[in-house]
Amino acid sequence: MKALRDGFGDEIVNIGKENKNIYVVDCDIGKSCKTQPFAKEFPEQYINVGIAEQNAAGVGAGLATCGKIPFVCTYAVFGSMRMCEQIRQEICYPMLNVKIACSHGGLTPANDGASHQCIEDLGIMRTLPNMIVIAPGDYYSTRKLVREASKIYGPVYMRFTRDPIPFVYNEDEEFEIGKAKQIKEGNDISIIASGSVLHMAVEAAEKLEAEGVSVRLLDMHTIKPLDNEAVKKALEETEAILTVEDHNIYNGLGSAVCEIAAELGKGRVKRMGVQDQFGESGPYYKLLEQNGVTVELIVDNVKGMLKND
Amino acid sequence: MGKVSKIEFLKEKAIELRKTALTMIHEANSGHPGGSLSAADIMAALYFDELRLNPNDPQWEDRDRFVLSKGHVCPILYSALAIRGFFPLEEIYTLRKYGSILQGHPDMKRCPGIDISTGSLGQGISCAVGMAIAYKRDKKDARVFVLLGDGETNEGQVWEAVESAVKYSLDNLVIIIDNNGLQNDGTCAEIMPTQDLYEKFKAFGCKVYHIDGHDMEQIVDVLSKARNDKGCGKPIAIVAKTVKGRGVSFMENVVKWHGVAPNDEEYEIAMKELEGGLK
Repeated sequence: MKALRDGFGDEIVNIGKENKNIYVVDCDIGKSCKTQPFAKEFPEQYINVGIAEQNAAGVGAGLATCGKIPFVCTYAVFGSMRMCEQIRQEICYPMLNVKIACSHGGLTPANDGASHQCIEDLGIMRTLPNMIVIAPGDYYSTRKLVREASKIYGPVYMRFTRDPIPFVYNEDEEFEIGKAKQIKEGNDISIIASGSVLHMAVEAAEKLEAEGVSVRLLDMHTIKPLDNEAVKKALEETEAILTVEDHNIYNGLGSAVCEIAAELGKGRVKRMGVQDQFGESGPYYKLLEQNGVTVELIVDNVKGMLKND
Repeated sequence: MGKVSKIEFLKEKAIELRKTALTMIHEANSGHPGGSLSAADIMAALYFDELRLNPNDPQWEDRDRFVLSKGHVCPILYSALAIRGFFPLEEIYTLRKYGSILQGHPDMKRCPGIDISTGSLGQGISCAVGMAIAYKRDKKDARVFVLLGDGETNEGQVWEAVESAVKYSLDNLVIIIDNNGLQNDGTCAEIMPTQDLYEKFKAFGCKVYHIDGHDMEQIVDVLSKARNDKGCGKPIAIVAKTVKGRGVSFMENVVKWHGVAPNDEEYEIAMKELEGGLK
């Protein structure tokens, strides 16, 4: 078990060592975003603008025009909303090489309550032209995807989460932005998941397999550009798709998959995620349960979908 | 060039910039003349004297950078760039037209010489801070200039940016405030009083100057002071008292001319008035 934000914090140090143009721009929550080792090791590549997210986005844009590769770090709720228009105007519109790297995505700042939870970010960022949107599902994939994001030119929004979650991959696994990772082959039904609930989908798929249901499990770590081919194949080769995410069911992974299904004119999709409601203070898995996201319900949903056919 | 002839040269350029800006706004039948005219003298001094630029190599790595944080007055910037040779002068007739490099607000991807796309107020200054930090960390001599509107300082982000410029001792950053006293809906005093901008920038920790933004000698003098301030450890703020619409009698200090193009008759009168310099 390890947290995604630690994956970011650990990898950014390695990348910063290799490339002196890698910068971190913090907004006074560097401790929580796990950037402090970077700050200590590379003070010349580090900036902390204080509690001023809008400025942070603009400073990032200015740095990028001078050849730097800034990772602007804050919580997802501020990174996707407080600085949203700055990201649009100064980063996406001029297509600058700025990465918005956010911890505390989804319901994971559980005890903090609704003000700090973020169930809207992927949808908002997905709407911005030129933006790539990534939500890794475990510590190792986070490290790999942070590295990949640093290598491609252009805006990237990365969503990490707060608490330790089980490993899904080993450290040698490779990831490509925009290409879904097939965790399990199967031909009855597909589960497409991303982010910090991926491990729940893995567990559900194992249970289903034990009961004789052949589940194709895809880690859709890149929400945009979506791996349309993988979705199409899932629609064509399996009965239906169940999406699982820690995000509002509107505009996130589930919606993106539905768009492909609708345009293809075939297949069936069911979305599991936050039911268009704000969270509250409480244990993370309790909040997910409140929204119908549990391993058991993933299993039940799959069975229900197969029965309908 | 001697000092007297330099001042005369820059005054002439300021008139040329005004005429070019009005010509493109008239042709487009759309744009922002008031703030373009209030900034004209400052822009002439920057683009024809102070800024270290190479029109043949707009992306020159060691150039001084200019950020038009009040992006809507881009006609005056486009005029400076065209006359400096960043692109052919004929381009000015394409302002705000489909496919033009001269978008309604500056677009760095389309127009040579634009260092950052702006238009949403309060944001350009943050980008300028990022540039100035990069220049400092890369130990470059070049500097970053940003032009702010006084109404623009309503945006809280401006002050976030100023705080960060002070924190990072950006004495390679020159913030010029076009203090024309008017904004879109009325006077600054009516809409959102800015209070004393000199004292505000000073309180934030800048090295601050106050000038008449239409007196070319004062402009040249303050820019040379700002040059010598490199090493003082503070960002430089220049509060330039200006008149919106300056140079065209019927536009001066009239709120309406913030974002309206002159019609044919008004354009003719304006061009005639500008002959022979500022009154």
